[in-house]
Amino acid sequence: MTPNISAKEAFEFHSCLSLTLLTGRSARDLAELVEHLRVVPGAVIYHHTHHFLVQHQFLSPEPPNDFAYWATNSLLEEALGEQLAAINLMRFSAMRDLRNAIISVIQRHLDRATNLRAAPAGEEFHFKQSASFVVPTGLRAFDLRQFREALAHVSITSISFHTFDARLHLERGDSDFARWLDTSLGEHALADSIRNIDPYTFTLEGLRRRIITLIDERIAELG
Amino acid sequence: MVKLEEYAPVVGEGVVAELRLLGQHLIGKRVLNVNSTRVGGGVAEILARLVPLLCEVGLDARWEVISGTEEFFGLTKRLHNALHGKPEAFTAADIEIFNHTTEFNLKNLDLEADIRFIHDPQPAGLIRARHDTPGWIWRCHIDLSTPAPGAWEFIAPFVERYDLSVFSAPQFGRALPMPQIMIAPSIDPLSDKNRELSRNEIEEVLGRIGLHNDKPIVTQVSRFDRLKDPIGVIEAWKLARRYVDCQLILAGGSATDDPESVQVLHEIREQAADEPDIYVVDLPPTSNVEINAIQRASSVVIQKSLKEGFGLTVSEALWKAKPVIAGAVGGIPLQITHKYSGILTHTVEGTAFWIKMLLSEPSFAKRLGENGREHVRNNFLLTRHMRDYLLTFLYLSHRGESVIYL
Repeated sequence: MTPNISAKEAFEFHSCLSLTLLTGRSARDLAELVEHLRVVPGAVIYHHTHHFLVQHQFLSPEPPNDFAYWATNSLLEEALGEQLAAINLMRFSAMRDLRNAIISVIQRHLDRATNLRAAPAGEEFHFKQSASFVVPTGLRAFDLRQFREALAHVSITSISFHTFDARLHLERGDSDFARWLDTSLGEHALADSIRNIDPYTFTLEGLRRRIITLIDERIAELG
Repeated sequence: MVKLEEYAPVVGEGVVAELRLLGQHLIGKRVLNVNSTRVGGGVAEILARLVPLLCEVGLDARWEVISGTEEFFGLTKRLHNALHGKPEAFTAADIEIFNHTTEFNLKNLDLEADIRFIHDPQPAGLIRARHDTPGWIWRCHIDLSTPAPGAWEFIAPFVERYDLSVFSAPQFGRALPMPQIMIAPSIDPLSDKNRELSRNEIEEVLGRIGLHNDKPIVTQVSRFDRLKDPIGVIEAWKLARRYVDCQLILAGGSATDDPESVQVLHEIREQAADEPDIYVVDLPPTSNVEINAIQRASSVVIQKSLKEGFGLTVSEALWKAKPVIAGAVGGIPLQITHKYSGILTHTVEGTAFWIKMLLSEPSFAKRLGENGREHVRNNFLLTRHMRDYLLTFLYLSHRGESVIYL
């Protein structure tokens, strides 16, 4: 195997650009939040657990999902906020399962707690969702070197799409990068190394750097 | 005219490439923007920059302004205040004034386009020309979270007929029959109001408008409008000044659709009459370099709004890496995370406390400003705004879909 061996099929880099839509739903307290969570479209759950990835590209002190942020800052439920922030998104490959996990954390808290606070006026939780526009960037790769070059130049929304949207939003269950390296290039070990990264613990630029480093190591190994 | 490629050093090559890519999917689309003023206020500023950039990526974009009598703009100012929550009564005569001006503009404006992008309540009535033509979007730039009784009802019959509506923050959305999109406004990092200025340029501009950099400057830049609470700013500054030596600049102006501003300016001057360290600067609407210089010369920038559409002056100041103290209203909390990228306050006393703190602890103040600048770079620059508008135009033919393959 050399880095110049051609893939069975090219990797097409796509960007994903999101438009935020208002749903008209809002919650004043945890009971209302759970009621809405049971029925909103999966795109709503995805938005509130993932939009921070693009909006806060630099490391920020904000918890990584909106439910956690609201519980902590508007309801002053710090323990619940911490539990919601700690939900391991890597465990899920279907939106249904993620939705159930969030509901179950909140429900457990509701069952135990007394004297729950409602959000002050003006700080209600507003449910939003994303319309995701998937756009081909025109960049494609047939081998490992081309893949590495393209990866270094695509916008971070492309990194985000092939990593997060592919796995959970579109429920493909795998990172597009890992799947292509695995099935089209036969780079099974490299694919597994990429699968083993928890992308939620990186900024998008950090994630790009990490994947490029893994590829560079493999290219050096191949000589 | 500024070209798209000039934004690449500020936002990155990838962002600019994406805009060109989206433009390819809208080549030749005729997009008509309509608002109520050519100069003054955030809406006009954004349109002046965005329309040429939309053309550059392949759209056929243009911008028209409605005309109206003093009576009409007096009514729309009252409507604006009432939509922000101030009680106002609207009569049949008011509806007549609104309809009369709408009728006049329907006869005099060329509304031929594929997409009509109508900004704010003043021109909302143009929807009467809809008939069977699709492609009508209403863009609301103001805070509709707590409208006074009768205000939303005044405008709703028009708004309900649009295909899409666009609001600046989630709490502004209303019960409406069409999809509602959230788009935060933006600032232009290359405009005269926001571009880098040398120290000499700043000194020269300050001197020209009679200001001095001889003691720390606390500034509020905004239209002379009661909802911006200029009197509250003066009170807060007076409380703080007992302990820290500083001057206050209230810089602003009036827009052609805002007749109330003259009265407010008069009240501010009365309050500031005996204070030699307060400078009230009434600037013409084109004073962009002047505002830029004042913001850059400031040690602390205030935006003590009581109600706010979005509060673009907050992003302007953050982009200059200034520590900002702002009212936690409207879109301001989207721009400032308290004690991380700025300070959010609710009272005159709180504002005074933080003026003292930030002037006394410049290293903390500096960190707030730097974090604020990065947050603006990622979320509130013109390129992000342009991307959202392009996506909105595309969404017109994909309503209800959550994943759209272009």
